Amino acid sequence: MSVLASLFCGFVFGYGLIVSGMIQPTKVLGFLDIFGIPSGAWDPSLAVVMAAGLTVAGIGYAVVRRRPPLIEKESLWPTKTDIDSSLLTGALLFGIGWGLVGLCPGPAVVNLATLSLPVIVFVIAMAIGMLLHDLRPVLTAAPTSSSLADTTAADG
Amino acid sequence: MANFTPVSAAIGGALIGLSAVLLALFTGHIAGVSGIFAGLINPQTSDRPWRAAFIAGLIAAPVIVTPVGYAVPVPQMPGSYVTIVIGGLLVGFGTRLGSGCTSGHGICGIARLSPRSIVATFVFMAAAIGVVALTHHVLGG
Repeated sequence: MSVLASLFCGFVFGYGLIVSGMIQPTKVLGFLDIFGIPSGAWDPSLAVVMAAGLTVAGIGYAVVRRRPPLIEKESLWPTKTDIDSSLLTGALLFGIGWGLVGLCPGPAVVNLATLSLPVIVFVIAMAIGMLLHDLRPVLTAAPTSSSLADTTAADG
Repeated sequence: MANFTPVSAAIGGALIGLSAVLLALFTGHIAGVSGIFAGLINPQTSDRPWRAAFIAGLIAAPVIVTPVGYAVPVPQMPGSYVTIVIGGLLVGFGTRLGSGCTSGHGICGIARLSPRSIVATFVFMAAAIGVVALTHHVLGG
């Protein structure tokens, strides 16, 4: 049941990305290019996507978070609250990569369906980047590290 | 603002928000694509089936909507594979170090009113805007 629900949610998420136009890197870059504001070339669509998504998710989460999930035993809400250097450095690095290509993980995965070679190369590089981080303790230290707890407590 | 598409952006954004709410309602999970994807490819993860299903749903979306007449554009990517690989590595490593991406922090995290996510979203937005300003205007890409 959990698998079916996740499959459906993944589909709705992907469909939303397609409808919003956010799977097209040039449209994302059209938002990030704020120097297009004076010339009129700026595309504020991404801000509208976020505003609409936050409105629905904000109201929905406020209702949903008070009860246990319907299928699983417990909610896995993120528990971290401290704004540390990992958060800031990670967001900075992610932002640089996002600005270079115009793809973040969601649209990159959806675009795999187009079988576009540049997208496939991007997703492979992204996967390597993720594993370099997540397997760092395994690769560099003795297998007694407790960093797995860190990765499972992530925000999203 | 010739490229501005407010109606489709609002409908698409609402669907993304709806997906996040439904995933939380049914399974209690956060709809953060970087976290779900990273957990799927990490050999140390134990809860792989739901992750695989969510990712499969993402990839299935264009496959399902294309035959019913919804045009899915060919993604226009940077010409240089060097840029693509560096961008991919930074997105992968950065989203893991920073515990989330546009969906996990930008939508789910801010919707939970998480201060971490609000700060992270501000930082990656500012960084991306800076990089685009640099590559498109200063360096003349």
